Amino acid sequence: MSESALYQRLAESLGLQGLQEEDLGTVKALVVPAASWSAAAQWLQQQGFAMLVELGAADYSKHPLPHPGRFAVAAHLMALPGFERACLKAYLPAESPALSSLCGLFAAANWYEREAWDMFGIDFKGHPELKRILMYEGFEGHPLRKDYPLGRMQPLIPMREAVDYELVRQAARRAEGGA
Amino acid sequence: MSMHIEQKLPSYRSESKAMGLDPMVINLGPSHPAMHGTIRIKAHLEGETIVFADVEMGYLHRGFEKTAEAKTWNQVVPYTDRLNYVSPIINNVGYALAVEKLIGIQVPERGQYVRLIMSEISRITDHLTCIGASAMELGAFTAFLYFIKSREYFWQLIEEVTGARLTISYTRVGGITSDLTPDFKERFAFCAAELEKAMAEVDGLLSRNRIFLDRMDGVGVMDRERSISYGFTGPLLRAAGVPYDVRKAFPYLVYDRLQFEVPTGSKGDNLDRYHVRMEEMRQSLSMVRQALQQMPEGPVNVADPRYVLPEKKEVYGNIEALMNHFKLLMPGHGIRPPQGEVYFPVEGGNGELGFWVISDGSDRPYRVRVRPPCFPLMAGVEEMILGEQVADLIPIFGAINMIAGELDR
Repeated sequence: MSESALYQRLAESLGLQGLQEEDLGTVKALVVPAASWSAAAQWLQQQGFAMLVELGAADYSKHPLPHPGRFAVAAHLMALPGFERACLKAYLPAESPALSSLCGLFAAANWYEREAWDMFGIDFKGHPELKRILMYEGFEGHPLRKDYPLGRMQPLIPMREAVDYELVRQAARRAEGGA
Repeated sequence: MSMHIEQKLPSYRSESKAMGLDPMVINLGPSHPAMHGTIRIKAHLEGETIVFADVEMGYLHRGFEKTAEAKTWNQVVPYTDRLNYVSPIINNVGYALAVEKLIGIQVPERGQYVRLIMSEISRITDHLTCIGASAMELGAFTAFLYFIKSREYFWQLIEEVTGARLTISYTRVGGITSDLTPDFKERFAFCAAELEKAMAEVDGLLSRNRIFLDRMDGVGVMDRERSISYGFTGPLLRAAGVPYDVRKAFPYLVYDRLQFEVPTGSKGDNLDRYHVRMEEMRQSLSMVRQALQQMPEGPVNVADPRYVLPEKKEVYGNIEALMNHFKLLMPGHGIRPPQGEVYFPVEGGNGELGFWVISDGSDRPYRVRVRPPCFPLMAGVEEMILGEQVADLIPIFGAINMIAGELDR
C-alpha cells in the first residue's frame, strides 16, 4: 500500500514522531494524537484529499486488546481525481472525549460529527451546532457506548406543545421594534 | 448558516424584510405522502421560495449498530436487508465481504460471479424505483407503472433464486444461500428484454418531454466542488461530473474483469441524475450479461467447515457433519474471526456503502458501523433546496432517493 509514504510525509511536516499505523483491510489508518487531528486533516486536504468520505467512532472499552484510549474516531478521506484513500484515526480518553471539528474543512463533517456525538458523546470543539441527530432531544446517555445496556428504558419525556408560529412571528416583530 | 447558503440567497431575505413579510413555515413530514420514508423538512417560505430549511432525521432509528453487537456474525445479515430495502442484496454482499476480509477468506469464483450478478440486478431495481417514483411525483404516472412492472419481473427473478422478494438475506459469511436456478439465463434474458422495452418507452416519454425537462433541468443543482465537500458518492456525485465508482476505483468481487463505463453528468442537477441512473441500468444489464457468459461452474461457498454450514443431507446422514452443524450454531461457538478491524466499501444503489467491522475474537461482532450512502446526501439537501420553489423540493428529494432504513439505521 502506498499510504505509508504519505503518512511519513504527514508526520514529518507536522513534526510528529512515532506514529502508529493500523491495517483496516482495504486502507491503512494513521493514528494521530487528538491534538493534531484537524491539522492532519488539513494537511491531507492540501495534498488533494478533498473529500471526507466517512467519519465514524468506536468504543474500545470492552475490547480484549489494549488500545491507546477508550474511544476512537476514524476519518476516511479521498483524493481526486486519482481516488487515493487515506484514513486518520484518533484515540480519545474515557473522560470527556473531545476533538476539534472538521466542519471548517469539509461540509460533510457536520452531520457525521453530530452522529458521533449523539452515539458516543464525543465532543467536537468548534462544531456550529452539535446536537442529537438520530436520537431525540431529551434522550439520556449515548447508546453506542459499551456501558449503555441494550435493554435500557428511557424516561418518558413530557408532551411537547405545538409551536404557534403566529406567536413566534409576533415576538420577532416586537423584537425588531416593528408594529 | 454557512457562507455558501448566504450566497445562494442573495436578496430574498432583505427584500421581504423591507416589505415587512415573515417567512411561512411549512412542515413536510415525518409522515407525508410525498416524502418517501420518514423524515421531516421544516421549510421556511417567502412566497413560494424556500429561504431556510431544517432537515430532521432519525424517525426510523432502530439501533441497527447496537443490535448487531448482540447477534452472531451471521445473524446480522437479516438486519442488513433492512438498511436499503430497495436493493437489499448489495447490503448483504457488502457485509459478507467485510467479514470475509476480516477472516481472510474469499468465496470461490462462481460465488463471486453470482454475488455480482445479484448485486447488479438489485441495483437495477433500486434505480427503477427511484426514477419511477420521482417521475410519478411529477405527474408521469405511466412511467412509474412501466418501471414498477419491470421491477416486478426482476423481483420475481430474485424470488426464483433466493425464495424472497424484499428481505432476502441472500449471503452468509463464506457464501450464499442458494446458487442460481438452472434456467436463470433464459429468465434473465426475458427480464432484460422487458426492461429494455420499458426503458425505451420511458426514455421516449420523459427525456424530451417539455414538462419533465422544465421541472428537472437546472433544479436542485449541487456543483462539483460542493458535492465533493459534502462527501457525495454514487449517482449524485457522478451527475456532478466526478467519475467515482467503487466498482472501478476499488474493484471488489470480479468487477475488474468486466467492461463497463461510469456515466457522468456535468451540471449536477436533477436531469443529470436521471440520465446517470438510466445509463447505469444499461451498464448493469451489460455487466450481468458478461458475467453470465464468463461464469465458471463449481462451488459457490467456501469449503471451510469453520465458517460454512454443511449440506443438510450430510447433517442428517453422518456424525461429523452433525457436529460441525452444532459447532457453528451453538452460542459461544460459531464463526470467530480473528481480532482486528476492516473497513470495506462497496457501490450501493446510492453510492459508497461502507462497513466498518471490528472483531474481538468472539462469535459476535464487537462493532458494526455502516457508512450509509444517503447520509451525506441528506446533509446536503438543506443547501440544495434553498432558493428553489417549494414544488421543486419533491423532485429534488426524489432524485436523492433517500432510504430511511439506511439513513437512520
